[in-house]
Amino acid sequence: MAIEISPQSVDVAPPSSFLEVRDLRVHFPTDDGLVKSVDGVSFALQKGQTLGIVGESGSGKSVTSAALLGLHKGSRARVTGEVWLDGDELVSMSEQDMRSLRGNKVSMIFQDPLSALHPFFTIGAQISEAYRVHHKVSKAEARDRAVEMLKRVGIPQPERRVKDYPHQFSGGMRQRAMIAMSLVCNPELLIADEPTTALDVTVQAQILDLIRDLQEEYGSAVIIITHDLGVVAEIADDILVMYGGRRIEYGSVRDVLKTPEHPYAWGLLQSMPHLGGDVSERLNPIQGSPPSLINLPTGCAFHPRCAFKDQVADGRCSTERPELLPVPGTDKHIAACHLTAENKIEIRSAADRLAK
Amino acid sequence: MLRYLIRRLLAAAVILLVISVITFFIFFALPSNPALLACGKTCSPSRLVEIKHSLGLDQSIYTQYWEFFKGLFVGRDYGDASLLVHCHAPCLGISFQTDTPVLDTLLQDFPVDLSLALGAAVVFLILGVSLGVLAAVRKGRAADKVAVGAALVGVSLQIYFVGLLLMYVFVDKFSILPTPNYTPITQDPVAWFQGLILPWATLVILFLALYTRLSRSSMLEVMGEDYIRTARAKGLSSRTVIIKHGLRAAITPIVTIFGMDLGSLIGGSAVITESVFGINGIGKLAVDSVTNSDLPVILGTTLFAATFIVLANVVVDMVYGIIDPRVRLA
Repeated sequence: MAIEISPQSVDVAPPSSFLEVRDLRVHFPTDDGLVKSVDGVSFALQKGQTLGIVGESGSGKSVTSAALLGLHKGSRARVTGEVWLDGDELVSMSEQDMRSLRGNKVSMIFQDPLSALHPFFTIGAQISEAYRVHHKVSKAEARDRAVEMLKRVGIPQPERRVKDYPHQFSGGMRQRAMIAMSLVCNPELLIADEPTTALDVTVQAQILDLIRDLQEEYGSAVIIITHDLGVVAEIADDILVMYGGRRIEYGSVRDVLKTPEHPYAWGLLQSMPHLGGDVSERLNPIQGSPPSLINLPTGCAFHPRCAFKDQVADGRCSTERPELLPVPGTDKHIAACHLTAENKIEIRSAADRLAK
Repeated sequence: MLRYLIRRLLAAAVILLVISVITFFIFFALPSNPALLACGKTCSPSRLVEIKHSLGLDQSIYTQYWEFFKGLFVGRDYGDASLLVHCHAPCLGISFQTDTPVLDTLLQDFPVDLSLALGAAVVFLILGVSLGVLAAVRKGRAADKVAVGAALVGVSLQIYFVGLLLMYVFVDKFSILPTPNYTPITQDPVAWFQGLILPWATLVILFLALYTRLSRSSMLEVMGEDYIRTARAKGLSSRTVIIKHGLRAAITPIVTIFGMDLGSLIGGSAVITESVFGINGIGKLAVDSVTNSDLPVILGTTLFAATFIVLANVVVDMVYGIIDPRVRLA
C-alpha cells in the first residue's frame, strides 16, 4: 500500500473523510530566509474522532491549526497543499467564504485564555459577538445564548458572571469561557491549541472531560494540539508527531504510544514523569534544542539529537531523509526513521529493562 | 470614583500652590527692576519709591507672597484712597504695565487659545489616528510608507516656516482666505472660522506627525496580540477586527498624550503659532509679561497653563478608567 511520501502523490478528488489535510505547507519569507514552519503535513479525521498533534515548541503545531482556520490569509505566509473540510477546499477558498466558516463550522480554543480574550470587553459580550456573527439574532437572544453556554461549561452563576471581564475570572474559568466561546456556534471541527497548558492539573482534567463531553454531545471532530502525551493518551484516537514542521510519526494512539517507532517519540515518552515511578530517578529529557526552521538539518531533521544514529550504517541519518513507511502489522501507523525493525525491538527492550 | 476625583483635585491644588511659590521666588531671583520699568524715562528717585510702594515691592518677599495668596480667596485692593483699584477674588494680581486685573486679561484672551486648541486638536486627533491605523494595517506597503514619510516631513518643518508659507500661498498669492485674526465666534462664526483656518492647519501639520506615528506603533503592537487572532477566528470582518477590537485597545496611550497636548495648548503653548499669525492669545501675553518683568502676569499665565495641564491629567486618568475595565479608580 502506498502511503503519500512525496508531494507528487497527492490525490485530486475530494476525500471521503470529514477533514483531510494533504501535503500542507506554510512558509514564511523573512529577512533571514524562508521559514518552513509546516512542510508537507497530511492527516485525516472523521467526525466524532479526536486527533492529537504532538511536538515541541516550534514544531509547527500551532501554525498547522491556524492554517486550518485560514488565519494565514492576508499575511505574508505562503500556504500550499490542500485542506478538505466536508467537501470544501480551504486553502484556495476566498477570505470572504472562509470567514463564514470561522468560528462557525471550524472553531478554535486558544492556548492562553488571558491573552486570547479581549481585556476591554465582558465575557458575555465576547461570547455573544461570536454567536451574532453567524446568526441573525437580537442582542438579548445572543446574551441568553452566552449565559446558556457559560452554564454548559460549568461556570457557576452564569447570569452574573456574563457581565464580568476576563481579568475577573480565574485561569480555569477563563479557559471555560474560551471553550464556551468556541462552541457557541456548535462547530463541526474544534481545534484546541494547548487548551490545558496554562492550567493546574486538577483543572486540566476538568477541561479535558468537558471537551470530551461536548464532543460526544455534538459529534464534532476534535484536533488537540499539545506537547503533553498524557493529554493525548487520555483524549485522542489518533496521534501525529511533528518535528521541524514535518510529520515523523502518525498512527492510532494505541500503536504510537505502545510501540513508538521514532526515537523522538521515545524521547517524548521518556521525558514524562510516571505515577508510581522512582522519584529519585532523573527524568530523561531529549538532548539539544529544536532545529532552525530556516536551515533544517540534512537527512533526518532529528539526527543531531538522536542517540541511535550510529546504529544506522553509512551515516544515512545525516544524508538521506527517511521516508514515512508503514509499520508492519498495524492499520495506519507510519514513521520516518532509518532504524530497522530489529534495531528498534532491541532498543525498546533495553529501555524496558532499564525502566524495571 | 467620586472619592478618587476629590482626592485627585486636592492633589492638583497642592501642585498649583507649589508652582505659584516657585514662580514667585524665581521672579525675585531675576536681576530685574519692575518699578524702574513702570516708572518710565522721566523717573525721579522719589517717584520710584512711590511706585515701589504702590506695587507692594517695598515689602518683604514673604509678605508679598502672603498678600498674593490671600488675594486668591478674598480679593485685594491696590493703590491708595485717591486711586483705588479693586481686584476681586480670585485675584491673581494687577498688571504692573496696564493696571488691570490679570484674571480679566486672561479670561479675555482665553477664547482665542480655546478656539485655536480645540479646532486643531479635533482635526489632528481624528486625522492622525486614522492615518496611523491605515499605516499599521498596511504595514510595509505604499500607504504605510506615504503616511510615515508625510509624518516625518510634517514634524521636520517648523511652525514659522509652515505658517508663513501657508500665509503666502493662501492669503497673499491667491487671496483665498482673509488675513488670519481672531473674531469671537459669538460675533461672527464665519469670520471666526476663516480667520483660524491657517493657524489650525499649521498646528495640525505639526501634531499630525506625532499622532500618526504614535497610533501606528500602538496599533501594530495591538494587532499582534492574541485577542486579535481570537477576533479573526470568530469570523469577524477585518473592519470589525481593526476598529472594534484593535483600535479600542490601541487608543489608550493616545488618550494620555492627547490629554496633555490639549491641556497645554489651551493653556497657551501655541505661542509661536500665535505670533506667526499675529493672534493675541495667552501665549503672547506670557511672552510679553516676561520681557516686561510683569510679575502678576507671569504668575497668572503660568498658573493658568499649569491648571489646564493638571486638569487634563485628572481627566485622562478618569477616561482611562472608562476605557480600560482593568483600571480601578479608588
